[in-house]
Amino acid sequence: MSFITQSALKTTLACSNTLWQPCGRAVRMLPPSLSRTNSSWWGQVEMGPPDAILGVSEAFKKDSNPNKMNLGVGAYRDDSGKPFVLQCVRKAEQLISDSALDKEYSPIVGNADFCKASARLAFGDDSHVIKEGLISTVQALSGTGALRVGAAFLDKFHGSKEVYLPKPSWGNHTPIFKHSGMNVNAYRYYDAQTYGLDEAGCFEDISNIPEGSVIVLHACAHNPTGVDPKPEQWKEMSKIIKERKLLPFIDMAYQGFASGDVDRDSFAVRHFVEEGHNLVLSQSYSKNMGLYGERVGALTFVCSSPDEAKRVESQVKIVIRPMYSNPPINGARLAATILNNSELRQQWLVEVKEMADRIITMREQLVSNLRKEGSTHNWQHITDQIGMFCFTGLKEQQVERLTKDFSVFLTKDGRISIAGVSSKNVAYLGHAIHEVTK
Amino acid sequence: MATSRFVDVELAPPVPVFALTARYREDNHPNKYNLGVGAYRTDEGLPWVLPVVRTVEQQMAADPILNHEYLPVCGLDSFCKASTKLVLGDDASAIAQNRASGVQTLSGTGALRLGAEFLKRCLGMNVMYHSKPTWGNHIGIFQDAGFTDIREYRYWDASTKGLDIKGLLEDLRAAPEDSVVILHACAHNPTGVDPNPSEWEQIMQVVKEKRLFPFFDSAYQGFASGDLDRDAFAVRMFEKADFEMMISQSFSKNFGLYNERTGNLAIVAKDPESLRRVRSQMEKIARPMWSNPPNHGCRIVATVLGNAAFFAEWKDNIRTMSSRISDMRRMLHEKLRQLKTPGNWDHITNQIGMFSFTGLGSKQVDYIINKYHVYLMNNGRINMCAITTGNAEYIASAINDAVSNVTEDPKL
Repeated sequence: MSFITQSALKTTLACSNTLWQPCGRAVRMLPPSLSRTNSSWWGQVEMGPPDAILGVSEAFKKDSNPNKMNLGVGAYRDDSGKPFVLQCVRKAEQLISDSALDKEYSPIVGNADFCKASARLAFGDDSHVIKEGLISTVQALSGTGALRVGAAFLDKFHGSKEVYLPKPSWGNHTPIFKHSGMNVNAYRYYDAQTYGLDEAGCFEDISNIPEGSVIVLHACAHNPTGVDPKPEQWKEMSKIIKERKLLPFIDMAYQGFASGDVDRDSFAVRHFVEEGHNLVLSQSYSKNMGLYGERVGALTFVCSSPDEAKRVESQVKIVIRPMYSNPPINGARLAATILNNSELRQQWLVEVKEMADRIITMREQLVSNLRKEGSTHNWQHITDQIGMFCFTGLKEQQVERLTKDFSVFLTKDGRISIAGVSSKNVAYLGHAIHEVTK
Repeated sequence: MATSRFVDVELAPPVPVFALTARYREDNHPNKYNLGVGAYRTDEGLPWVLPVVRTVEQQMAADPILNHEYLPVCGLDSFCKASTKLVLGDDASAIAQNRASGVQTLSGTGALRLGAEFLKRCLGMNVMYHSKPTWGNHIGIFQDAGFTDIREYRYWDASTKGLDIKGLLEDLRAAPEDSVVILHACAHNPTGVDPNPSEWEQIMQVVKEKRLFPFFDSAYQGFASGDLDRDAFAVRMFEKADFEMMISQSFSKNFGLYNERTGNLAIVAKDPESLRRVRSQMEKIARPMWSNPPNHGCRIVATVLGNAAFFAEWKDNIRTMSSRISDMRRMLHEKLRQLKTPGNWDHITNQIGMFSFTGLGSKQVDYIINKYHVYLMNNGRINMCAITTGNAEYIASAINDAVSNVTEDPKL
């Protein structure tokens, strides 16, 4: 059976949440040779389905309502609704510009200073895995790149091709693992009744995951729900994962951005490391340093020995080279400069806390506005959840109404990006949500 | 944890060109030269950030409005348009008819990978032809994209140190329909040997006849001859003949943006509607690979290509680089002649671009590395950019010594 038809079947049968569709039909049957001037290579190529999240932004742009709100955006906005360039980033940029550095190729694994600093940020300066040389950290193309390279490595070298994602998970996780050749499965996570963690379902499903499988965990600020396990729940998950001999692949895209505290946000990562899991870690600096378009990230493998870390890294390089050869330098230089310069690092910690605090404040204000409107629903989950995203619990029809009647744009699953909320529009949003849910 | 999952992971061999650089770095000899990695060097043997790039970067750093927001999945539109136009030419009918566009990628590697993944996933192609020899990474890229049938077409003629056009045409004539053929737009890597216009004509005929899919690798536009249009000759010939094709463009060398990973995958289709569909599928492939491309390098290129003064300065910078390389070719050729080095060394000046296939055998290469601390690739490839007025004589004498005193195994 052709490659595409096979994956087409898997797509239809497996995750219904996937945004990835097969490219086209009957790819083995290329068009018969028509007259050379008329035949095209691309005749059978179907139009790809629109991206659900980008679709929200497109629709928002077209709307002329002055009160419109874009709650689909996955990038931080300040209280004026503008993109926010951190001061520490501006300063780092100036420093780098002044240094007149060259543009020679980076090593395949990227900037060494960046990789080291990134590992220390994730695991803690005193982490034994760093001290004992047990890790391999490579620079990656933000979180996506780290996940993709990690997945490609696992597809080549890991015994199992089974990956388990929380249900729901970030839309891009599925195609990342699928394109890497792995099979995507789910474990229960979000409880639509409580708008919180489905602890029983989650623990039960994890206990039944076949040994050796890969389990993806969101370190903090779960995307799209905003629901994070509490420390006690993390501890229990760690135990079960250990018992099942699963390989944890942790996606940390919001360290510092979730609670405002980089150590607190990496609790799960550090606990798992302490518990001896040889985990894989993806880090992104898109949100916490506002470096979105620079594509700054890191991929770490925690190994059993320095020799193993070396061998693993040598193979990771073999995955990277035929994908993009070596990573872009600009963002990594910025991140390394910030992390390694004590003044800039301090400033960064203040600024990332400011971003996190604004998000937390908006959550609080949204809830208080809903109450002011007279809503009788329990909106506690809005303040219980954490990070950029919030699963409001709104049903599809309510979402439609929000968009149609109030020009509030969000994804069908009821997810809103709190980054799109400001002190100027939070009252309007509270009113709108109340209107569609009363 | 019990036994590690990765206990059986073997140490992978290093990429040869980087292994060479590593050896070079470990060498403590005061007179050592690295003729391996393909990056431009000044006559002082130093990396060179193009003056126009510095200017634009300083401008960018001082711009209070510039932010770091995500680019669209397919990249910065102004960059993609300018880049596609740069290679196809301002008057390309494909552009006028809206059936050519670009997707921004992680330099040339990323463009090749994105293109290969599309051809495999969406068109089911599985056979790829590359020149013998070719840039090593071509093979890995297509393999990782899922191609399982990778073949060579003859290219380098060891006896003439030029193009084996007869063998090339024969091999492509025997290629199955729908094979992807990687063609180096100019400054062939690693040989430096490019087909002449009449040879390109013949190649084009066979590609058309056999319904092969042309995938150009354009990593040196402007850098090869110093002339942007001249270096795009082959691509434009195919465009004028109404081919559908892909072109991987890299701005690593011609803009000196090596580590910014700035590239474009230009796509030419028969009609705008097909192009639209193809782009939509490219997005679906790029998203799970890198989500969206890095913003720094493309901004520099877009700024330069979109500003007459910067564009003129850039063309000047390119000429600086390409003419220094030509000078070094002539100088090395002259030094070899003066030393009465055995053999014909005209290929040094006949070849073009960053690299030269010297014709040295692996034994001679080892000899040169060990005795002279001059590091070159096992296949005899040297980076002409690493040659300077200061070291040309030394390197020539190393070559002369090796050729005169080290017998190579007979070439197959």
